[in-house]
Amino acid sequence: MLKNGQSIPLDSIPESSFEQFRSALLAEVSGGARVVNFSAQPIGEVRAILFAVLADDAQGSLRVLKTRVDDSYPSLTPDCPQVHMFEREMWENLGLTPVGHPWLKSVRSHDDPANHPFFTMVGQDVHEVAVGPVHAGVIEPGHFRFQCTGEVVQHLEVQMGYQHRGVESAMVGGPHKRTMSQIETVAGDTTIGHAIAYCEAIEALSGTQVPERAQALRALALELERLANHVGDLGAIANDIGYLPPAAFCGRLRGDLLNVTTTLTGSRMGRSFVRPGGVTQDIDDAMLTELRATLDTARSQCVDATGLLFDSRSSVARMTGTGVITADECRELGIVGVAARASGVEVDVRMHHPTGWYESAGLSPVVETTLDSLARVTVRRNEIEQSFAIAEKLLKALPGGPIRVTCADLKSNSFAVSMVEGWRGEIVHLATTDADGRFATYKIVDPSFRNWSAVTTAMRGEQISDFPLCNKSFNLSYCGFDL
Amino acid sequence: MTLDASAIIFTATGFIFAPLLFGIINKTKAFVGGRTGAPFLQPYFDLIKLMQKGGVYSVTTGWIFTSAPAVVLASVGVVMLLVPLATSGAVFSFNGDIFLFAGLLAFARLAMILAAMDTGSAFEGMGASREAMISAISEPGLLLMWVALAVITGQFSVEGMLGGDLNFAWSSAAGPAIVLLLVALFLLMLAENARIPVDDPTTHLELTMVHEVMILDHSGPDLGFLTYAAALKLWIFAALLVNIVLSIYDGPLWATATIFGVGMVLTAIAVALVESTMARLRMIQVPELLTIAVGLSAMSAAIALGVR
Repeated sequence: MLKNGQSIPLDSIPESSFEQFRSALLAEVSGGARVVNFSAQPIGEVRAILFAVLADDAQGSLRVLKTRVDDSYPSLTPDCPQVHMFEREMWENLGLTPVGHPWLKSVRSHDDPANHPFFTMVGQDVHEVAVGPVHAGVIEPGHFRFQCTGEVVQHLEVQMGYQHRGVESAMVGGPHKRTMSQIETVAGDTTIGHAIAYCEAIEALSGTQVPERAQALRALALELERLANHVGDLGAIANDIGYLPPAAFCGRLRGDLLNVTTTLTGSRMGRSFVRPGGVTQDIDDAMLTELRATLDTARSQCVDATGLLFDSRSSVARMTGTGVITADECRELGIVGVAARASGVEVDVRMHHPTGWYESAGLSPVVETTLDSLARVTVRRNEIEQSFAIAEKLLKALPGGPIRVTCADLKSNSFAVSMVEGWRGEIVHLATTDADGRFATYKIVDPSFRNWSAVTTAMRGEQISDFPLCNKSFNLSYCGFDL
Repeated sequence: MTLDASAIIFTATGFIFAPLLFGIINKTKAFVGGRTGAPFLQPYFDLIKLMQKGGVYSVTTGWIFTSAPAVVLASVGVVMLLVPLATSGAVFSFNGDIFLFAGLLAFARLAMILAAMDTGSAFEGMGASREAMISAISEPGLLLMWVALAVITGQFSVEGMLGGDLNFAWSSAAGPAIVLLLVALFLLMLAENARIPVDDPTTHLELTMVHEVMILDHSGPDLGFLTYAAALKLWIFAALLVNIVLSIYDGPLWATATIFGVGMVLTAIAVALVESTMARLRMIQVPELLTIAVGLSAMSAAIALGVR
């Protein structure tokens, strides 16, 4: 048992037999826990230690399960679908075979498509549509394979990996000098989110207490990142349904919000701001006044811009009923973030596993229950309002004191989990250290890693012409998945 | 058949100014969206640019693909000659030329659909099937519109239907039929010219496209031909619409021509305003909208028959 942002010695995690591990995991999951991480640490040639981190949202606690396996183990996916991607990932990275996995193929590599055939349907009415990895818009590369009957999508398979950079393997033996920059580019639009997750892992492993002012500034930066991205998403969605006025309005507002981030952090994307031990830049009273004024203006303009989108019957009608994913499907697949909350699943790290400033924030999750694209858009609109309120609260009572302390060396043979609610959803970083206090393993779970399954599920039985809207309503990262 | 200078000048004007409609639409959309937008003449710049380029041809395509742009442009170009300026007569006209009008537009569409399927691309195949679906509903609407006009005026040529007899009909009991017809024609214009709410001419999302995805493989002068043909087609539909409204007015030619010009600009602005104030429909709802247009056409024809 541990909490978000804590570390424990590796030895203190009881190692169980695989059978015990399996039954404990399934029991926790049926009791409502979520698998937030399932990864392996290789030891020797074939043997590996499996770690499963289960989150109990009601208690705000995390439970770590540990077991030792040889080169194969009975797959957990048939009984617990939310681990399906984790098992595929371990199979690809370490050759650990989950025996009985229903769709075992690599997650990121696709050097020989013959080894990894796409799911296909046969029949006279079926046609296959292949989209990507090169797309018509300036977006990231990913391949989408549709099996359609007429305009109806029967099955969609997403193949990622075109931007695999090996971030996790580059971390081993770290922290290195370049580690911080690599973390900030795990997903460029979630710079702050991943940077905080990494820094909290480091702080947990080194036993560092971050000053209050730094915690507040981090929270402010995280909410600004959420604001800019949510506003940008609403504009992009308006653009995709051919309703241009809110697209232009939101696009401009996103720029304003990025400029606020620049005032705070010195960079539009918030680079080089969050560092282990605190933050790199402080704000003075003049900047505080400027931030307040700009955010006030942006807040009222956001109401106008989202009003354009929501007051238009045709755009509301366009989004209603498009890309439905039920709460049960979300729970089964371990969907996180905006996508889960739009289906009525209350998961928000800021409320259930708060760290830093959020521990005393007393927020409640923004939830919608209509399950469709409109719900995901509505969640964004309401979170924009919530984030503005948080930012206002933060700026009103910014704690004093230092903004950074020095971190001690990392403890040896330790284990830490840190979770952050990025704008897309739950970011999970898991670190273990070796005897020298260097990273033995570092596992990053971007919300996109979980949520691409939501896109494919939501597209079942949908019109293929609705895919762009449905996809944009999730707006997942490709590089965050590819790592 | 008549051949008078004013008709030739009118049609030539149409050939010259048709792309400007796109310019006006895009400028208006930009204005409503709070942007500056591309210059009014941008469609011309684009056409000039395209005509100076070479073409790229996929190895899977054949003569159907290469000949389609010329077929489409020629077909739509001939239809241009059938459209008169109010009561002043078209470049050429004969009894029953409405079938030539409808047939040539259908033929142009057939050429586009076949060319799209010739590429063997999944995207273009989907675009072709959607285009066929939309036309299967909108073409009956257009034919019913001609039926209504034929009943109202007792004429069987495009020129005749839009001529003096329509002017008399406004003040007769057939007046409401003409109004219904205008609404139907406006909806059909949006559908036939791939505008919002049926299609989105500005989207980059190939899975949602209809017209744009069918011309995805065309490049250079071929794309120029198709883009110009699309401009001419919009001009034809807008001219029909303006002519029917204009038939209420009976004045000197110069005044008619001026009103016609203003009417064309207003039509373009109306199209742009529709596009600026609403999202595109879900593809699955497009037939419902088109059915409304067909219903209005049918009602117009029924009223015309009833009051005859």
